[in-house]
Order: sequence, then C-alpha cells, then structure tokens
Amino acid sequence: MATDVLPTTNASTDSIGEINKYNFVTPTTGVFKARKGIDAEIVAQISEMKGEPAWMREFRLEAFEIFESKPMPNWGGDISLDFQDIYYYLKPTSEQGKTWDDVPQEIKETFEKLGIPEAERKYLAGVKAQFESEVVYGSLQEDLAEKGVIFTDTDTAVKEHPDLLREYFATIIPPHDNKFAALNSAVWSGGSFIYIPPGVKIEFPLQAYFRINAENMGQFERTLIIVDEGAEVHYVEGCTAPMYTTESLHSAVVEVVVKKNGRCRYTTIQNWANNIYNLVTKRAMAYENALMEWVDGNLGSKLTMKYPAVYMMEPGARGEILSIAFSSTGQHQDAGAKLVHCAPNTSGRIISKSISKNGGRSSYRGLCKVEDGAVGSKSSVVCDALILDPESRSDTYPYIEVEERDVQIEHEASVSRIGEEQLFYLMSRGLTEAEASSMIVSGFIEPLIKELPMEYAVEMNRLIELQMEGSVG
Amino acid sequence: MTETLKIADLHVAVEGKPILRGVNLTIRRGETHALMGPNGSGKSTLGNAVMGHPSYEVTGGTIELNGENVLEWDASERARAGIFMAFQRPMSIPGVKMADFLRHAATNVRNPDRKEGADLIPMREFRKELKEKMADLRMDVEFARRYVNDGFSGGEMKRAEILQLAMLRPKFAILDETDSGLDVDAVKLASQSIAQISQETDKGQEMGILIITHHDKLLDQNTPDFTHVMLGGKIVETGGVELARELYTEGYDRVRAAHPDAAKLEAELQENDAVAV
Repeated sequence: MATDVLPTTNASTDSIGEINKYNFVTPTTGVFKARKGIDAEIVAQISEMKGEPAWMREFRLEAFEIFESKPMPNWGGDISLDFQDIYYYLKPTSEQGKTWDDVPQEIKETFEKLGIPEAERKYLAGVKAQFESEVVYGSLQEDLAEKGVIFTDTDTAVKEHPDLLREYFATIIPPHDNKFAALNSAVWSGGSFIYIPPGVKIEFPLQAYFRINAENMGQFERTLIIVDEGAEVHYVEGCTAPMYTTESLHSAVVEVVVKKNGRCRYTTIQNWANNIYNLVTKRAMAYENALMEWVDGNLGSKLTMKYPAVYMMEPGARGEILSIAFSSTGQHQDAGAKLVHCAPNTSGRIISKSISKNGGRSSYRGLCKVEDGAVGSKSSVVCDALILDPESRSDTYPYIEVEERDVQIEHEASVSRIGEEQLFYLMSRGLTEAEASSMIVSGFIEPLIKELPMEYAVEMNRLIELQMEGSVG
Repeated sequence: MTETLKIADLHVAVEGKPILRGVNLTIRRGETHALMGPNGSGKSTLGNAVMGHPSYEVTGGTIELNGENVLEWDASERARAGIFMAFQRPMSIPGVKMADFLRHAATNVRNPDRKEGADLIPMREFRKELKEKMADLRMDVEFARRYVNDGFSGGEMKRAEILQLAMLRPKFAILDETDSGLDVDAVKLASQSIAQISQETDKGQEMGILIITHHDKLLDQNTPDFTHVMLGGKIVETGGVELARELYTEGYDRVRAAHPDAAKLEAELQENDAVAV
C-alpha cells in the first residue's frame, strides 16, 4: 500500500504577491497520506482507509469514472491543473477529538491563531473544524442533541446515520453534474452533515472553520444539510489558508435540502491563498414556501469558480443569493449565482458585488431560469462591480432562460470606478486617499457585511482593509 | 498674528479651458466675505481650486495659508491644515454611515499628523459631541446612522454640510451655495448655525468664511465685511455689505456694463456649459 508519513512541514512563507494575515503554518504530523495523484486504486484506498460500506466505495469508483470521462470546462477561468500532482487524502489523526483536550497540540495552536477557542466560548453552538482532510474536533451543545439535531462530519454520518444520509447524498448534486463534482464524489473527505428535525429553530449560527494546511494538498469536503419541515438553521463556514508556492486545489460539494416552510441560510467567507484553485459546487433545493439563502464572500485564491444555486421546487419557494468577490493581482473570481424556478409563484433574488484591484479580474456569471409552468414567478438580479484601477477588469455574463410567459424578471448591472468626485469629497474632509478608497469599498460591500454574524463582519472588514493596503499609489 | 488665506493672481483651467483669470482675494480669520456673481462666473471653481480638486488645474498664481504654499498639498492635507468647503452638491457615499465618516474626518482634522490606522477619537466622547451638534441643527439622532448623503433631500444635504463644518471647526470655510434648495425656515436655521459656528473662537481667533450665495438670507445673519463680485473668472468689484444688497435686489446689469471685458469673457464661459464652473 502506498502510504507515507507526512513530514513536518516547514512550508515556505515566501510571499507570492500580497500580505496574507493568516500566512502562518503549523508543523503537522500526519499519520496517513495517500500517494500523490489519482486513479481507481487511490479512490478504493481512500474508501478502505475510512472503513466505508460497500455502497460508498462503489459510489466513489463510479464517480471517478465519470470524472475521467468528462472534459475540463471550456468556460470560466483558466484552469491549469495537473491532477496527478495533487494529494487527495490525508488523515491527520487516527481518531476524532471528542473534546478540546483531545485535539492535538499543533492543531490547537493553529486554531488559537485563528481565534477559534475564544469564538467558541463566546457563542458557538458547535464547531466542526476541518484540519486537512478529516474532521479532528467537533462539539455540539447538548440541547441541540436533545432536540434531535445532528451536526457531525460527513464521514461519521456515513457510519452513524447511513439511512438518512443515503436518502439525500448526491441527489442534489449527482457526480455527473460537472467534472469537479465528480472528482469530489470520488475523493471526498470531511465536510459537515446537518439534520434539523421538523419545527426546530436554531437561534445561533452553527459554524465550521477549516483550512488547507499541507503543501499540494487538495481538499474535497462534502457537506449535506437537511432542514426538515418548518425548521430553521444558519450555517457559517469561514476559511483561511496559509500561503504556499505550489498550486493547490479546493473542490467542495455542498448540498442543501430545505423542506416545506423551512429556512436555511448558508454563509461562507473564503480567503484562500493566492495559489489555490477554488472550484466549488453548491446547490440547494427549496420546497413549498421554504427559504434558502446563500451568503457568499470570496477573497483570495488564484481562480474561484463558484455559483451557489437555489432550485425552487414547489410553490412559494424562495431563493436569495448574496455574493461578493474581491480580486487582486493574479486572481480571477468567476463567481455568481443560479436561480431555477421549477414551480409557480416562486421568487428569487441575486445581489452580486465585485471589487477588482491591482490587475485582478472579477466576473459575474449568473443564471436565471424559469421552467414551463412556473407561473407568477419573480426573479431579480442586481450586480454591481467596482473597479479600483485601470489594470483591473470586470465582466458580467448573465444568462436568462424563460419558458413561461407570466413571470417577472429583472436584471440590473452596473460597473463603476471609484469616482474622483467621491474621493475628493472624502479627502476634503481630511481622509487620506487610501482611507477614502477603503471607506468607499467598505460602503460598497456594506449590504453583505450587515448580513454576517458580528465576528465575521469584523473579520471581513479587516480582510478588506488588508486587501486595500497599499492599493493606492 | 491673524491667520490668513491669501489667493493671488490665481488662474485655473478645467479640461484645458481657462475659467479663473487672475483672482486676488485675502481672507483673515474673523472676517466674513461674500462672493457673488452670475452663474458660470467661476465662483465654484474658486472653491474647488482652493480645496484642491484634482480636475481643477492651477495654471498660474498662488494660494497661501499663513505664508505656506497650499498648492503643494492634496485635498486631505488642506483639510487637515484647516481649510473646509461646504459643497454645493455633496457626493453620496453609499454604505458609509455619517457617524463613521465624521468620526474619521474629525480625528484626522484635529490630529493632522495621525498615522493611518491609529486610534480614532474615543467613541463616547465623539458621540456626545455629535449629538450636541446635531441637536443645534435640529437633526434627528437617526441621521448619524444614515449613509453619507445617500437619498438625502436637498435640505438634508445642506444641513449635513453644516454639521461637518461644526464638527471639523476649520480655520477657513468656503460655503458654496449652502442656502440653495432650502425653504425659508431652513435658510434661517442654516444662517443662524453658520453665524454661531463661525463665531466660536479657537486660540482667540474666529473662523474666516467665504460665502458664495445668490440670496440675502444667509448674509442677514452673517453680515459680510467684504462683498466681492465675480465676472468672467475675475473679481471685478469689492465693497461692503451695501454691494451685496445692491446685487441681490438689482442684479448684475450695472456690473456687466461697468466691466465690458469681463462681461465678454463671461458670455464665452456660458457657451462652455459642458464644464461645471
């Protein structure tokens, strides 16, 4: 068996462009790492190492065949990835940490740098922290467990909640959906599994924090959230990654089901290192009068391709997507959203905001689709782009497919450069040019910031400030 | 020594077109100057040039603050040196709350050497002061939470400009048609507020103000020590309060007749209405 022990990483902290606040690396002693590259043997080996049932092993192997059969997407961003030069599985500890004390010291140090224990003390309900490929630490408040809420990592769910998981797993995003969904299906590891029973409303956000922390380490987490009838949940994932000099791949799949009268909000703040390909498939199905909201903030990465989707399956379903992208030197954010109206009187809204600076490129790519019979549906799309300098770029690719007459579709797009008049106004009040630009950018993304939980809002503002530093010459 | 803002033989062009053609004007702290003149004569251009708008190119002459060359400073440095302009049409900054903007601005202006990222005025102290100034202007506290000039009515914008004047306490203030778009009561309140703010002393000195206006109301409360008439990019006459009274009752026909060269330049400027002057 081709296994080797991960050496203690003292990864280079060479900057490849810009300051990254989380540019630190904690030495890791991994216990198992699959050999580099991907083939059916590796896929089978991952399944074996995880001790999975036969059905999951078969699922992975079929998904691998689909992955191999699909061409690379010929749209979006420029993906120059060598799939054989990536590690697909790393298991850092042999057992899951049950309490904070059980978590290995170096992993704790990493979390401490990220402020996790403190955040947890303050208000976290449960923390699922994914360190490399496996969830190493998880806690869930007892009252949630008493209500029948399941919040665990997806690997554990395969073992402990097989029937529930199998009912939904890969039904929203099947492996043949796209090449990267197929890849994730073949090699997935970790991610969150959440089930909220009927009528249970969780008042505080459930959070997950994870990061990639091994050179050349792909991360393929798989998240499945099931919000049963009349239930409510807000799930928050934030991730930060240290910087590496070789290319790395993050390709997640997130599936959400929101049943009748349920509500789900899924908030993501991603700040990837500037060498990471972030290719994520996120999709939710919302049933009768259910509400699904995606709040999606993308910073960093070399290329992000991510289009959170809401399929409105039954009458009265609603979908809202708030997306923000910040691109700088060497970065391409190809981000957007999809609304698919499959039933009458469904309504959707997309608000997309992008900021490009120092030669960065942000693209909005969105789909608004109304299927035959979805009468009385309403969709609105607003996308605003802010370009900070002449070297930077913004594009808009709105796709609208309507197969029904009695519908209302609105699309507004604006592209603006930071106005000389706005800068002058703020500077005439004593703000420096950099402070003025930063203030205009903060204002531009305010609609997203105010949707975030307090700590994430503060964090997001700090990240934006860091991104803005030195941006004005 | 009385602090002085001195403008000498100032020439300003916008997009290559000359607008100001040799303006001379000296303002001492404690003095109130009225600047009048027909639309398009260059009044706002003078304000923008003094404040340092990058689109207003100074092609000749000097602007000095207590003998220091203001032209070397950007707008931010001018503000921190004590120069202020109340905008005729203030810009909206969506998503930025008035209170956050003002706290940042007041901190920088009061502590001109502050490094970026250094502490702001303590929140409690700032809030108390802001609340008092807003009460003086009969502004609702809710106003502080609104986005800068975003969706403000004309009157609200002008009041917000006066609030900034009150918070930033400049040495010299240019008020560019701060009375336009206001109803009678609002003009009265604005006039009283400006009079009160400009008479507050800082190290024994009052504010020096330049009021650009077409009306008499603002000047009732802020009696000008000097009235200047601008025509064709130059100050063609200077007098006392009686000149202001004459102009807002009689108009500019006498001035045009007395200064035919400037009147001719004014007519040419009027044709260039693509340029905001």
